[in-house]
Amino acid sequence: MPTAWLVVFVLAVSAIGYIAGRRRALNSAGGDSRALHSLPVYYGFNVALSALVPSLLVLAVWLLAQPMLVENRVSGMIPAEAIPESSTLGLVMSDVRRVAEGLDIAVQQGALSEQEARAIRADVTDVRARLGDLGVALGSDVRSEVLSAAQRYRQITATGHLLMTLVVAALTLGGLGFAYARTNKDFRARNVVERGVLALLILAASLAILTTIGIVLSMLFETVNFFRLHSWTDFFFGSTWAPNFRGDSELSILPLLWGTLYISFIALLVAVPVGLFAAVYLSEYAHGHVRAFAKPLLEILAGIPTIVYGLFALLTVGPALVRVFGRGSEGLLGVDWMSGATSVLTAGVVMGIMLIPFVSSLSDDIINAVPQAMRDGSLGLGATRSETIRQVVLPAALPGIVGAILLAASRAIGETMIVVMGAGAIAKFSLNPLESMTTITTRIVSQLTGDTDFASPETLVAFALGITLFVLTLGLNVLALYIVRKYREQYE
Amino acid sequence: MYDTAKTESALDQTETKISARNVQVYYGDTHAIKDVNVEIEDKTVTAFIGPSGCGKSTFLRCLNRMNDTIDICRVTGDILLDGEDIYDPKVDPVQLRAKVGMVFQKPNPFPKSIYDNIAYGPRIHGLARNKAELDEIVEKSLRRGAIWDEVKDRLDAPGTGLSGGQQQRLCIARAIATEPEVLLMDEPCSALDPIATAQVEELIDELRQSYSVVIVTHSMQQAARVSQKTAFFHLGHLVEYGETGQIFTNPEDPRTESYITGRIG
Ligand SMILES: Nc1ncnc2c1ncn2[C@@H]1O[C@H](COP(=O)(O)OP(=O)(O)OP(=O)(O)O)[C@@H](O)[C@H]1O
Ligand SMILES: [Mg+2]
Repeated sequence: MPTAWLVVFVLAVSAIGYIAGRRRALNSAGGDSRALHSLPVYYGFNVALSALVPSLLVLAVWLLAQPMLVENRVSGMIPAEAIPESSTLGLVMSDVRRVAEGLDIAVQQGALSEQEARAIRADVTDVRARLGDLGVALGSDVRSEVLSAAQRYRQITATGHLLMTLVVAALTLGGLGFAYARTNKDFRARNVVERGVLALLILAASLAILTTIGIVLSMLFETVNFFRLHSWTDFFFGSTWAPNFRGDSELSILPLLWGTLYISFIALLVAVPVGLFAAVYLSEYAHGHVRAFAKPLLEILAGIPTIVYGLFALLTVGPALVRVFGRGSEGLLGVDWMSGATSVLTAGVVMGIMLIPFVSSLSDDIINAVPQAMRDGSLGLGATRSETIRQVVLPAALPGIVGAILLAASRAIGETMIVVMGAGAIAKFSLNPLESMTTITTRIVSQLTGDTDFASPETLVAFALGITLFVLTLGLNVLALYIVRKYREQYE
Repeated sequence: MYDTAKTESALDQTETKISARNVQVYYGDTHAIKDVNVEIEDKTVTAFIGPSGCGKSTFLRCLNRMNDTIDICRVTGDILLDGEDIYDPKVDPVQLRAKVGMVFQKPNPFPKSIYDNIAYGPRIHGLARNKAELDEIVEKSLRRGAIWDEVKDRLDAPGTGLSGGQQQRLCIARAIATEPEVLLMDEPCSALDPIATAQVEELIDELRQSYSVVIVTHSMQQAARVSQKTAFFHLGHLVEYGETGQIFTNPEDPRTESYITGRIG
């Protein structure tokens, strides 16, 4: 029975449970719903959820755990000498899985009977050719260890699947029976459902947190692998970024960090004044209808995919800057300071444009949170509007605005697409904003795209870069949230 | 107490400071002030009394155009300050508010130091030529606001860190630091203990020597103690306006009488 059918079965049983639970509760109260402890629907939900939740949970865990367990069992069957010189256990196991899959397909299509699939032998049949006929391509000839491991794999998987079906079905029916038996008019179904809802919410929240932890851990493992292969002093304190595949790469984060920070700085230089002034205009001067129209418009700007901004940088802003700062006597300024469209300035300006709505929308919220009484107090003393804004509203909103700017900075540091397209690929320390430079995110992309070998430091360095970036932006975010939150408390 | 006040006011009765004619105020479709006519005299304390929601604050805010900051608020009729229409397009509301100061119903100190709170108005209007003069203005205002002794050692502490009553007195001190000609006070004593209340009332009495003061209050005793003129508002109408002694001893309108004796409110 495929898993989908199992899920349908569970759902159907719970639907029946809902109706049955509801009816039983009503019957126990003699048909008078006022005599029940809870509303009739709660009895229904209690029975339905009792059938549904435990079985689905077990199903989910089982589906996750079974392949790992099976793999573990089967990989024990492969002797160390069966692993070829150039290969690893992992690669052999992926062969095993493919063969097992191929046999499954063969059985499904009727090319082999179940018995044949079990009894097939590598020294008698050319397994590779037979599976190839069915559209399952194998890289090399199937050796007998691999074939028997694959057969064992299939067998354990089939047993596990059967067991899972039985357990899940039993849990469904058991949950239904248990909850149904408890249903009577005095049973506090409402409180039980309430607890069930709570558990569900906690589960969702912890899933989000667990995923984050998982991401960090996986990065951490690869980072540790990287530092086994490459010295950490070079990574953190070196001065050159020069990966090569001869094995003597210099992989220092500092030139990349410099590029990242420089571009982010220029982006903030663009975004903060413009965003802040826009926010002041929107929250303090604009009439209701202008605001109702302009604010969503600004927020649409925030929804543009960053790759579009990247195109804008590459096709519009970069060439425009070259026209101003480059081309010698043909250029607008008659200088030849800029040769290519990609530069720190190009990426910084476009990233700044991307951040404007982010800064303005956050600052606007924060400025609006300053109580009207504050403004009234100032206006009542004969201050003008701009005096009020400069001397009362902005100082009161300052911590929140600083928080917004830090959030914007952390977005700038983590931004990828714009710098990939607009900043260039040369890692260096330079103060000239018209030169192209590269950032941490661009290097991560370039180290991981194309043919990669996950055992070389040139590839693994991406994870070390990634985790450094993560720590950097996390730190900025935590700081920003701390400041924003502290400021919120002032007026509550 | 109001007996002496009455004779004094009879002596001082010089000229009209603010005169309102046929004033109507609308908040969107709500008609909050209906056809109010009133003459507020110079060097006099005028009390506005009336049940909650009758429009006292609204009318008070008309007198220095603070209602301009509320989008949906619309004012018609004439309000003259020293004979000049304050709603005339020629009039700069910013300058008007410097002349007609206001203490709000809820204390609203700025999130700045106590010193900067008081110095805010004088700085904006350039009232002090140097730091020493500014210090002097701050000290004088805080003394008149009956809060100097409590804050003189912590002028650098934030004004928002004071207690509610202290904040209220800080706001009073802040309003008088700009030397307005008219001071509008919206329930200035609602958060104060009896001692601070007495001090503020003393201040109001002192201010009367040079300014015109309008005070909104829910305390009949306070109105009787500090004011020479009283206006009774009810449901947006100015029901009765006259000498405080007259209103409290011998009101003409039955609604005034029932409010003062505690039957409506
Ligand atoms: N900003 C506003 N928007 C809409 N309606 C308002 C606004 N301010 C006041 N009102 C309405 O105007 C009327 C008068 O309000 P106002 O604040 O002047 O009363 P008040 O006499 O000061 O009352 P209280 O003694 O409780 O302070 C009330 O009905 C109120 O609902
Ligand atoms: Mg009021």
